[in-house]
Amino acid sequence: MNQNYSTVAQRSTSALATNKVLRNTYMLLSMTLLFSGFTAALSVFLNMPPMTYLISVIGGMVIAMFVLPRFADSTAGIGIVFLITGLLGFGLGPVLTMYASLPNGGNIITLSLGGTGVIFMGLSAYALATKKDFSFLGGFLMVGFLLVLLAAVANIFLQIPAMSLMISAVVIMIMSGFILYDTSRIIHGGETNYVLATIGLYMTIFNIFISLLQILGIMGNDD
Amino acid sequence: MDWMQIISAVALIMFIIVLYPAARDMMKNSQQVTSSDWLSIIAPMLAVALIVMFLAALV
Repeated sequence: MNQNYSTVAQRSTSALATNKVLRNTYMLLSMTLLFSGFTAALSVFLNMPPMTYLISVIGGMVIAMFVLPRFADSTAGIGIVFLITGLLGFGLGPVLTMYASLPNGGNIITLSLGGTGVIFMGLSAYALATKKDFSFLGGFLMVGFLLVLLAAVANIFLQIPAMSLMISAVVIMIMSGFILYDTSRIIHGGETNYVLATIGLYMTIFNIFISLLQILGIMGNDD
Repeated sequence: MDWMQIISAVALIMFIIVLYPAARDMMKNSQQVTSSDWLSIIAPMLAVALIVMFLAALV
């Protein structure tokens, strides 16, 4: 009997810890999204040159891969997450300026933003509602992501618009898979650090938004 | 070819090199996948594809 109580108590403690990670992740994610929206608006207002995007993305990725893991367990980790997301948001400025200058640019930006929100919320709700363990996706998603990066490198030199469209579509599917994978990891206790969980989900949202912009930009171009 | 394209290509190659060991480990340690596992991701992926196609039709 005592053993049963102990098992129930352990389960409820684990569920509470999972809920706490999930709540903190979504809270930090919403704050970082607002912050990167602010830095993106600032970058548009300052009319930053196109190279800002490249510098910001490289800077953000270097900090996310090499600096953040060292501070993820301390309060400094939260500051670093804001630094990364602020930097990535600032990098979006020239991209948004470029799309806004298109004839239906405002429409493209609004649809991309709305589409990203619908995809993220829909997939998160699916993972939370089904409670399915999507950890089996990890290897496939990583290999798929590496292959798509290789294709992106090739297309920098080849400059084929159809390939660019295909890469963006595949990136959206892979990032959608990562949303299921990351959310399922939080639910099943595979990720207990909300700072790392936040940056993972932020990156998926960022990549989906950029890819949607690219797809809608190409599809909306009448030339 | 301008310098921004070269820097982009170099950055992507560095990114691939850094991610490769993690991808290899994830593939090595990946669990057996059942057909029900694959079925569980078909519906959400199809929904994502439909959303993208719908958005493309709206532009």
